[in-house]
Amino acid sequence: MKTNKEYWNKNLTYLKYLLFIWFIVSFGAGILFKDMLNSISIGGFPLGFWFAQQGSVYVFVILIFIYVYLMNKLDKSYGYED
Amino acid sequence: MSVQLWTYILVGTTFALYIGIAIWSRASSTKEFYVAGGGISPLANGMATAADWMSAASFISMAGLISFLGYDGAVYIMGWTGGYVLLALLLAPYLRKFGKFTVPDFIGERYYSKTARIVAVICALLVSFTYVAGQMRGVGVVFSRFLEVDINTGVVIGMIIVLFYAVMGGMKGITYTQVAQYCVLIFAFMVPAIFISFQMTGNFIPQIGMGSTINDGSGVYVLDKLNDINTELGFNEYTNGSKSLLDVLAITCALMVGTAGLPHVIVRFFTVKKVSDARKSAGLALLFIAILYTAAPAVSVFSRINLISTVKDNPYTSMPKWFSNWEQTGLLKFNDKNNDGNIQYVADPKLNELYVDPDIMVLANPEIANMPPWVIGLVAAGGLAAALSTAAGLLLVISSSISHDLIKNIINPKITDKGELWAARISATFAVVVAGYFGINPPDFVAAVVALAFGLAAASFFPAIILGIFYKKMNKEGAVTGMLIGVLLMLYYILKFKFGVFDGGKIAVEGLKDQWWFGVSPEGFGAVAMLFNFLFALLVNKFTTPPPMEVQNIVENIRIPIGVAPPNNH
Repeated sequence: MKTNKEYWNKNLTYLKYLLFIWFIVSFGAGILFKDMLNSISIGGFPLGFWFAQQGSVYVFVILIFIYVYLMNKLDKSYGYED
Repeated sequence: MSVQLWTYILVGTTFALYIGIAIWSRASSTKEFYVAGGGISPLANGMATAADWMSAASFISMAGLISFLGYDGAVYIMGWTGGYVLLALLLAPYLRKFGKFTVPDFIGERYYSKTARIVAVICALLVSFTYVAGQMRGVGVVFSRFLEVDINTGVVIGMIIVLFYAVMGGMKGITYTQVAQYCVLIFAFMVPAIFISFQMTGNFIPQIGMGSTINDGSGVYVLDKLNDINTELGFNEYTNGSKSLLDVLAITCALMVGTAGLPHVIVRFFTVKKVSDARKSAGLALLFIAILYTAAPAVSVFSRINLISTVKDNPYTSMPKWFSNWEQTGLLKFNDKNNDGNIQYVADPKLNELYVDPDIMVLANPEIANMPPWVIGLVAAGGLAAALSTAAGLLLVISSSISHDLIKNIINPKITDKGELWAARISATFAVVVAGYFGINPPDFVAAVVALAFGLAAASFFPAIILGIFYKKMNKEGAVTGMLIGVLLMLYYILKFKFGVFDGGKIAVEGLKDQWWFGVSPEGFGAVAMLFNFLFALLVNKFTTPPPMEVQNIVENIRIPIGVAPPNNH
């Protein structure tokens, strides 16, 4: 049972970091710090607006695939591949 | 060829395809009917989930709404995609490991209680019926606008098609049709988006075109141009919103959490083979969704510039043909208040002479941008694919709630697999008929679908499922209290602030805005109700007995991808 617990705790650590990024790009960059970021432009996009209507979605997709990669590796190292 | 003919050909071909798939993928057991036999590949499930998720609202209405909301439209973009991160990380893998048929299955067994299951069934039915009525209406509207049939005839045609593959094929038929529907709808959305982006900026990719300069030689950025247009007409700057910061936070949160708690989305992850597939297909689903969701804000920007530059201060008599076409549908209305024969489109409602329904931005976009007639037919086929795929997913939730959760697990546990399959088919038929009735006679609550469906999912399922997985000691008393308080609070808030039920009806709604709790709109209140659910669930849990050992073992078990679940009573 000890390995189950270890596995679960590692999973929780991944979740903590990934959800932190999830929060920062959407609620942070897209909403709370939008006005501040809007003073910077990339191409024709004010940065805060870009995060709110484009960037956060790209980051969401990447986050899920990072999680898929991390968990597949974790499953393998614990022999939990289903 | 004419637009009409193209539309008939494209809609006819796609419908024939859906029916063909239905005949090929009939369900022969309850497992096939509820979860497509549990053997769907992550790629197919990703596409099916994307089609399941993207409804008539995403396809037809969203880009238009954003073009009127500007920055504030971000609540839909982030809210309706961010939930997939929660699904992939916090729900889908564990629920797949749990490996049952419905969301009330999980709630009922995890909280070892029939009451919990019944509360979950009521929530699932409430959420799904609200949502499905809007879809059937969407089918009728697309039919009436593009094929010039009566809205009701359109609804009935839609009902027959859905009935065919949902009742025969169950989840199996629905899944493979949704894969086809995803291909149709994404193609239909992207072709005009690429077209208009190239036309306006010289860049084929709308997501990049939106941040480029207009190709009229002026060197002005698209968004700067739109900001200027908006301010000149008295609107807010496009890249700045008008909603309060707290409300934007609350709506985004409610939509994200609601997405992750919607039963018709969750059950899609019961259809894959294994836990790692559930994670992977959630990622693929969001990738497929993101293609449309990042292109939509670009369509909003381009079509708004296009529309305004066509109509602004120009004489009514010089309007192109599409203008009068859409006037006939009532989606576009011109009222020459100052009798100068020109169209004034401004923010001030006293001076504004043009009413524009948001749906036009997608539906009329190909005509406004002078695209070839087949593109217009394609948009009709895409809108129908979006509405039908979502309707089918919702109908399955309704039928399985009745046949599996109510009949099999509460009323008659002795029913055979064959009997249950028949019950599922009859419930699906019943659900289609009710949905069709709502589509023909839309009840008031359909207009509140965002607040109702997402708010209720956020206020009921999300906390109960998260606590069920991440907090082993969570007991039934806490979970049931939390769900009840969340749902009742949400319903109260919608009745009070969306329908003015306690203050003399709908006319009172506008005046009640300054009474909103913490300044949060009904659309964002799901976030508040969710917090109340969590709070009361944990509080009651503290003073009542912890769950039995075997339930705690189930929780231990679903956290690990391998191993057989401990035996239970069915």
